[in-house]
Amino acid sequence: MPGLFRVQSTPLSLDEVVHAVSDPGQGGLVTFTGVVRNHSRGKTVTRLDYEAYGEMAQKQLARIAQEATRTWPGTRVAVAHRVGSLVPGDLAVVIAVSAPHRKEAFRACELVIDRLKEDVPIWKKEYAEDGEVWVGLGP
Amino acid sequence: MKLTVRLFAAARERAGAGSVDVELADGSTVDALLKAVCVVKPALASLTSQLRVAVNQEFVSASDVVPSGAEVALIPPVAGG
Repeated sequence: MPGLFRVQSTPLSLDEVVHAVSDPGQGGLVTFTGVVRNHSRGKTVTRLDYEAYGEMAQKQLARIAQEATRTWPGTRVAVAHRVGSLVPGDLAVVIAVSAPHRKEAFRACELVIDRLKEDVPIWKKEYAEDGEVWVGLGP
Repeated sequence: MKLTVRLFAAARERAGAGSVDVELADGSTVDALLKAVCVVKPALASLTSQLRVAVNQEFVSASDVVPSGAEVALIPPVAGG
């Protein structure tokens, strides 16, 4: 399927994912940008270290895009996720979804980021003033 | 069969290594694989309830059989985005 699914250590470009799904037949184009936040659970966050199982992550992103396309035919998806050491304000993920009409584009974009957080093997270690923690890891 | 199991994030840190080699009987399940990994790396035992396993870059369930020569990875709770 057309699209772009990438895990990368270099800075992200929203323009790149937008370009990957742009087409005159696609009347709606929705983007999501995930930005490193400077606070979490009431603490000041200084840094997030992202790590990925890159080959599988890229496959999982493509599979999620296929789910979106099955649900909303005509949808096109592009996702790029950053790995490495990021600081507040850095872009962690950029997603662009286009569809013939806006509703499908909005819904598919939400599905992609929700499913990414569930099933794509990417991890982040959060460094805050009181120490460091793998986000999502239980006790 | 001998398998190299890739470790990431919290699993990598607890094991102190990016991968672990295990020896398994042919036809072993994912559950047996996890037990074998914990014998070699006991520090992972407290994490296993939170781990998923990927075989050839797809999530599998505990009762699935691990094919010989498979690419196997332990997947702690993910946190992309």
